[in-house]
Amino acid sequence: MESIIQETGDNSSKISRKKSGEKHMEKTGSTKNKMHRTTGDIVLEVCCYIFFIFAAIVCVYPFYYIIINTISANDLSQRGVILFLPQEIHFHNYASVLKVDGLAQASMISVLRTGIGSLLTVSASSYLGYMFAQRYMWAKKFWYRLVVATMYFNAGIIPWFLTMKNLGLTNNFLGYILPTIVSPFFIILTKTFVEGIPGELSEAAELDGAGVLKTFFHVMLPVMKPIMATIAIFAAVNQWNAFQDTLLLVTDSKLYSLQFLLYQYLNQASSLSSLANNSSSNSLAAAAATMQTATSIRMTITVIVVIPIMLVYPIFQRYFVKGIMIGAVKG
Amino acid sequence: MFKNKREKRAFINFLLIAPFIVLTLVFCYYPLYGWVYAFFDYRPPRPMTIDSFVGFKWFKSLIESDVKVKQIVSVLRNTFVMSGITLSTSWIPMLFAVFLNEIRNTKFRKFVQTATTLPNFISWVLVYSIAFSLFNSTGMMNSFLQKLTLIDEPILFLQASDHVWLTQWLWLTWKNLGWAAIMYISAISSIDEEMYEAARVDGANRWKIIWTITIPNLLPTFFVLLMINIGNFLSNGMEQYYVFHNAFNKEYIQVLDLYVFNLAMGSGSYSISVAISMLKSIVSLALLFFANGVSKMVRGESIL
Repeated sequence: MESIIQETGDNSSKISRKKSGEKHMEKTGSTKNKMHRTTGDIVLEVCCYIFFIFAAIVCVYPFYYIIINTISANDLSQRGVILFLPQEIHFHNYASVLKVDGLAQASMISVLRTGIGSLLTVSASSYLGYMFAQRYMWAKKFWYRLVVATMYFNAGIIPWFLTMKNLGLTNNFLGYILPTIVSPFFIILTKTFVEGIPGELSEAAELDGAGVLKTFFHVMLPVMKPIMATIAIFAAVNQWNAFQDTLLLVTDSKLYSLQFLLYQYLNQASSLSSLANNSSSNSLAAAAATMQTATSIRMTITVIVVIPIMLVYPIFQRYFVKGIMIGAVKG
Repeated sequence: MFKNKREKRAFINFLLIAPFIVLTLVFCYYPLYGWVYAFFDYRPPRPMTIDSFVGFKWFKSLIESDVKVKQIVSVLRNTFVMSGITLSTSWIPMLFAVFLNEIRNTKFRKFVQTATTLPNFISWVLVYSIAFSLFNSTGMMNSFLQKLTLIDEPILFLQASDHVWLTQWLWLTWKNLGWAAIMYISAISSIDEEMYEAARVDGANRWKIIWTITIPNLLPTFFVLLMINIGNFLSNGMEQYYVFHNAFNKEYIQVLDLYVFNLAMGSGSYSISVAISMLKSIVSLALLFFANGVSKMVRGESIL
C-alpha cells in the first residue's frame, strides 16, 4: 500500500517534468505522426474518439436530464418527454421543495456533519501523520500497525452497531462524527507526505527549542497545506455522501441526513406530492405546469443533494494529478 | 524514571497520540467483543445473561436448517457471481486508460476524464435516484423507446428479476470506471518517454506500441489492484445493493453484507447475523493473507 503511494508521489514530479517537455514534444510529434500515420493508426484514433464521446455522454447526460426536468413544466416531465432541452422553464420546484417536511432539518444535519466531521478528520489525520513520522515514540510501529490494520479488517457492521448502541451513540449526532476521526487511509497519506519533507525543517525548529507540538503547529502545518486540502475534500465528500451510518444508527427523524431523506422519498414518492401541494395553497389555475408531482419533488431534491458535489468537484480535480490516486485502491 | 532524554521524549510522543489510539480501540477493536453475541441467544431489549449462552448453536444452524442453507447458498451465489464479474472485468479500467492516452487532443482528454470521474463522487442513493429517474415507467428510457415505437408498454427496468447481476455490474462500472482508470493514467505518465521514441524509430505502429510497451508497463499496477480485489472478494459492500433491492430482485441481489444487515435489522436475528459476519471477517482475512502471499511470491512485494 505505502509503496504505491510513494510511487504515485514520484509520478507527480515526473508529470510536471513531462509537462515542460510536452509542448516541444507535441510540435515535433504531430508532424511526425502525420507522415507515418498508417490505416491502423487512423482506425484506432476514430474508434477512441467514438468510444470516449459515448462514455462522456453516458456519464454526464443523467445529471443533465435531471436538471432540465426540474426546471421544465411538471406535467411534461411527469410524462418523461423532456429529453434534450428544457421546456416552459420555471423555478417553482425549488421554491416549493423547501416546504417538504424535514428538508431544512436534514440539510442542516448534512452541512453540520460535513463541516464538523471533515474538520476533525483533517486535524486528526495531519496530526497523527506527523506524529507517526516522529523518530522517537514508544512502540511506534505497534501503534501505527494497530491503526492501519483497521483498514483491512473489521468486525462487521452488526457488531459495530451493537457497540455503538452500548456506547449510547445511536440517535446521537456524535455517532456521525466520532468513528470517522481516526482514518487510517488519510494517516498513511499524511505520514508519507511528512516523510517527504526535508528533515532539516523540523530539526531547525527543535534546535531552537520548540517542542513537538510547537513544531507541528508553527512549522509543519503551513507546509502540509496541500495534503490537508486533499484530505479535506475526500473527507467532506465522504461525510456528505454517508448513508449507511444513518441507516444503522438513527431512528429519530430529526437526525436524518439529506441522503437518507432522499432515499426515504424515493420509496414513498407517491404520498409526497400531495404533501407538498397541500402546504402550498395552489390555485387551480396554477395547476399542471407548476403543480408538484412525485417526479418533480424527487428530482429537485436529487439536484439539491448533487449540487454541492458538483461545486467542489472542479477544485478536487486539481489534486488528482498531485498523486492521490490511491483512493482507487481503497474503493 | 527515564534512562535518558530520548526515552522521555518517546514516551511523551506516545502520550500525545494516546487519545487517538483510544478512539481506534473503541470504534475498531471493541466491536470485536461483539462477536460474543454469536454464542448467545441475544434478543434485545432483553439483556444478555449467562443463561442465554448457546455455544455453537447458530453456527450449526447455518448448515443444519434447510431454510438457512438454502438462503445462504443463494446469498453466496450472488456474492460470488457479482465479485467474480468485477474481478474478471478488472482489466477494463486499464484499457480505458490506455486508449484515453491515445487521444492526442489534451482538452478532449481532460474533458473525458472529468466527465467519467464525476459519478464516482456521488453516493449510491443518488445513483439510485438517477436510475429511478431514467428507468422508471415514465422515465427517459421508456419514453425514448416508446417514441421510437420499439415498445408499446413501458418496461419496468428496476423491478426486473432477470439480468440483476449484469445491471448491478453496469451501475458499478458507470460509477467507478473513470476513477479506477486514474491509477493507470498516472502509471502511464511515468513510463519512460525514451522507450516510446525507440519503438517509433523502429517503425512500430501505435497498436504495436500499446501492446509491447504501454500494457506491459501497467501490469504491476494491475496485479496489485487485482490482489486487493481478491482480498475484498466477500465484501461487495451493502449500500449499492441495499438501495437497489426490492421485492422483485431480492433473490438475485442479496449479497452477504446485505443479508447480514437484513437478518439483524430486518428480522431481529442479531445472534445469527453476528455469527455469519464473524465467519465472513475471518475468511476475508484469510483471503487477504492469501493475496498478499501470492503478491510476495510473484512480485516480491507486499500489498499491505
